[in-house]
Amino acid sequence: MSDSVMIQVDKLNKSFGDLHVLKDIDMTVKESDVVCLIGASGSGKSTLLRCLNFLELKDSGIITFEGKQVEKETHDLNEVRQKVGMVFQHFHLFPHKTVIENVMEAPIYVKKLSKNQAEKEALALLEKVGLSDKKNVYPSKLSGGQKQRVAIARALAMKPDIMLFDEPTSALDPELVGEVLTTMKELAEEGMTMIVVTHEMGFAREVADWAVYMHDGKIVEVGHPEELFNNPKEQRTKNFLDSVL
Amino acid sequence: MDLLTKFIDTYPIFLKGMLLTFQLTIVSIFVAIFIGLFFAFLKISKVKILEWIADIYIFLVRGTPLVVQIFIFYFGLTSLNISGFWSVVLGLAFHNGAYIAEIFRGAIQSVDNGQMEAGRSLGMSAALSMRRIILPQASRRALPPLGNQFIIALKDSSLASFVGVYELFNIATTQGSIKYDYMSYLLIVAVYYLVLVLFFSIIVNLIEKRMASSD
Repeated sequence: MSDSVMIQVDKLNKSFGDLHVLKDIDMTVKESDVVCLIGASGSGKSTLLRCLNFLELKDSGIITFEGKQVEKETHDLNEVRQKVGMVFQHFHLFPHKTVIENVMEAPIYVKKLSKNQAEKEALALLEKVGLSDKKNVYPSKLSGGQKQRVAIARALAMKPDIMLFDEPTSALDPELVGEVLTTMKELAEEGMTMIVVTHEMGFAREVADWAVYMHDGKIVEVGHPEELFNNPKEQRTKNFLDSVL
Repeated sequence: MDLLTKFIDTYPIFLKGMLLTFQLTIVSIFVAIFIGLFFAFLKISKVKILEWIADIYIFLVRGTPLVVQIFIFYFGLTSLNISGFWSVVLGLAFHNGAYIAEIFRGAIQSVDNGQMEAGRSLGMSAALSMRRIILPQASRRALPPLGNQFIIALKDSSLASFVGVYELFNIATTQGSIKYDYMSYLLIVAVYYLVLVLFFSIIVNLIEKRMASSD
């Protein structure tokens, strides 16, 4: 594992109206780290992830990405987002485009790649997620698991330095969860930096370098998954784990 | 003389009127789509003053009869040396633009917000996401109500006869008065309108089918 810091978060705060969703979040993610965010719904873990991709803008605090402090006033957030891949719970594939067009869209229109080059790269990515035979199919014809693998390929097409996963398997039928987790595991093994909001404790235990337990907008406990799951130091972590395991 | 002979005797002049009705409709809808898109963007801009401008426009159009709007445009614009045809076209476009703005606004807002977020998360700007991701999906959804609006516009163009544009309805009433036989020519003009509406409906259906290929 490399020591260079990918994302550093200092005293991050975010509110929606009167609702204080993130309270003084501090976090440092190094290159090739795989981090799992766990916690009950409403604990702020998805909001934290969305702040890291600037889909939500922080109220206060500092987000440093690859050594640069990112502020919406001084940075082109579109450029930063190219480096930060995001996978959503509900896939959000583009329904009016075929599988391969979904993957090629951003490389062509954002990176200005030639169509040929984009197609070549997209095919390689579809190969990687095991869906090259579906390249000309529209998303509506895919299963949930296939959709999510296409969404992963689409995000990877921008060659991001970090991938954010927002409950990537929560909308899937149980028998389809495995294929998506396998794809994510392969990605982790290749050294991709990943932050994963998940309820899949098995995945967290197996793949994550460390896990974060969030409660009520705060980070309660951080640790190696094995340690965090088996011997939680905080009573709240213990209560949560008892309720989900 | 039976209806068919009257139909055959007058078809050259009615075809001219049909062409004019067709032109009035196509050109005014074409302009109205741009007006509609513009005001739809104002409505979803989340900038209060722009939203108000769009609201006032829609209120004016919805709150006054179309025939009044056509007369205002006709007398207003012909006094600026704009032709009768174009003043009616702009009047119809002004009118239909408001309804089309609401159609577009509804269609754009009906596209799941996640689509915009997915575009943004790939580094696409808001404008690019709107153009490449949201609008193609929204126009597909807007198509059935737009087709409906086309047909309404086609029939509404008959009001142009009141300011002397020699379109279908004007020809029917003129023929009726020349020959003291309103009923026959009103029935005949109804057939011409039905044919035009049928033509439009088939075109819209074809486009809808083609666009639906991904669903």
